[in-house]
Amino acid sequence: MFATNYHLQRKKRMNTRTQGEPATKTTDNRLAVAAINRRMAYLLIGLCGVSLMLGAHTIAWADLSIGSGEAWLMLTASRLPRLVAILLTGIGLAVSGVILQQMVQNRFVEPGTSGGLDAAKLGILIALTQIPTAGKIGQMLLALAFCLATSLVYIAIIRRIQFKNTTLVPVIGLMYGGLLSACAEFYAYQYNIMQSMQGWLLGDFSKVVQGQYEVIYLILPIVAVTYLYAHRFTVMGMGEETAKSLGLGYTTTAAMGLMLVAITVSVTVISVGAIYFVGLVIPNLVALHYGDNLRHTLPTVALGGALLLLACDIVGRLLVYPFEVPIGLTAGAIGGAIFLALILRGDQR
Amino acid sequence: MISVRNLSKYYGARQVLSATSHDFPPGQITSVIGPNGAGKSTLLMLMARLLEPSQGQVLLGQDDATLMPINQYAQNVATLRQSPGLNMRLTVAELVAFGRFPYSRGSLTQDDHRMIDEALNFLSLAPLRHAYLDEISGGQRQLAFLAMTIAQQTSVLLLDEPLNNLDMKHAVHIMQSLRRLCDEQGRTVILVIHDVNFAANYSDHILALKAGEVQFSGSTHDTIDESLLRDLYELDFEIMNNKRGCVCDYFTPRLGASQ
Repeated sequence: MFATNYHLQRKKRMNTRTQGEPATKTTDNRLAVAAINRRMAYLLIGLCGVSLMLGAHTIAWADLSIGSGEAWLMLTASRLPRLVAILLTGIGLAVSGVILQQMVQNRFVEPGTSGGLDAAKLGILIALTQIPTAGKIGQMLLALAFCLATSLVYIAIIRRIQFKNTTLVPVIGLMYGGLLSACAEFYAYQYNIMQSMQGWLLGDFSKVVQGQYEVIYLILPIVAVTYLYAHRFTVMGMGEETAKSLGLGYTTTAAMGLMLVAITVSVTVISVGAIYFVGLVIPNLVALHYGDNLRHTLPTVALGGALLLLACDIVGRLLVYPFEVPIGLTAGAIGGAIFLALILRGDQR
Repeated sequence: MISVRNLSKYYGARQVLSATSHDFPPGQITSVIGPNGAGKSTLLMLMARLLEPSQGQVLLGQDDATLMPINQYAQNVATLRQSPGLNMRLTVAELVAFGRFPYSRGSLTQDDHRMIDEALNFLSLAPLRHAYLDEISGGQRQLAFLAMTIAQQTSVLLLDEPLNNLDMKHAVHIMQSLRRLCDEQGRTVILVIHDVNFAANYSDHILALKAGEVQFSGSTHDTIDESLLRDLYELDFEIMNNKRGCVCDYFTPRLGASQ
């Protein structure tokens, strides 16, 4: 759906260009970004409506009275929290993907291909078994610490590599993630919680209810900060030397970026589980069509993340209605397919 | 004026630059020449503050450069390395706009826009301003990065082999632009360059390095000399002057003359 919109947009752009006035593509490009953002926002609002309607229990909308009643309870305790969690997770993962990609200067890096998701899993697992009284916040803090530490190690490894091959960087990340995942599994095996861990850490929004998900609101300030720092992250993407000669405090900015990513990842893993590919597919699609100037493209990235995840969720809820497929599976499948298409297209060029 | 005092750089026990001192004349083009491994790029990176010196100082006027906040330094000294950040999808105009980053941190003022346009026009890049960097030729890309450096509006420009991998036309275009930067805007340009003919024809001042030490330095007129170049490169040189400049011919050394 992005693709068709994009082609329409480009056709329009080419038409205006052939008619004359060659010098306004930047404003034109911004208009195109604004137009796609508007369309995506409409689509998102529509899907939000669908998402609220959808479920094993049919809400009697006619009986809906604000503040009381079964319909109201269903809406505020389950449907709305779920919707908010999906939107924020999608936004957060897509934005994290962008930050990581700028930092490592590699398009194929995201929390799932840099060990971040696996580290957060391991952190939560250890928190669960060692300090069961810690609660959500305690678990999140430990996940955050693990995520940050492993990201630092990953960055250190990447910086040591002499040949920064485009595919080598994410492959190392996947191997690294596999290692962390194996540690988590070994640990879970020892504590005899293999089964529950696997079910529990696969991305799944069905467990999101009022009182269980609020930590996800942390993504809002993170996205705001990322937007404020957008120019710095773009400069960081030009590489350490160029960034420094443009007067950017590179280390500070990179540390800041890692912190933002680690918070986002640990918050999403703790409230909904691990979701792959969103952070990879959306930034790549946006960069392909609208470039890498984050100040201009970040809203599109955020909208795209929310839209993709919401679509995946709706598909997962419809496939085996009234039951549902965990979103970790649908997002992995849909995201993976889009990603494969992107790679194949890239090869052709 | 930018100068270096007793500047040294070691990697472990290996010394790549030893106790180098030099005053770079302001408002002129200085070419840093010498064979591979002479420490030319190291000197430039030290001056750009992209490397930490093992000993010695880089001075900007009277001030120690390393004590200056990096953002302030970026308003005085701009650096261009060989083709950086290639996989970014930015348009030429967006890239040049980042030259204003040291001043604006991203929120461009009217003045910033004017300087971006000036830099684009200076290098005749205006027709390409909306092209993506990954869709233009290597020479055009190098020009775009140079435009970003120019938009930085610094008194000193440091360029590391700006002619690398360029065809003759782009190379001449870049050297002529650097010449105009000095003559029209009074900027100090310091470049590491391998092509001794470009150095001889376009620069005011030469700094020759060999094995991490200054071999000779001075005005181009005094230093483009057969015996000096022969010792520097260990090659036989014949310098032919004509009314448009000079040609340093080293392509077919006479047998036995190079030792």
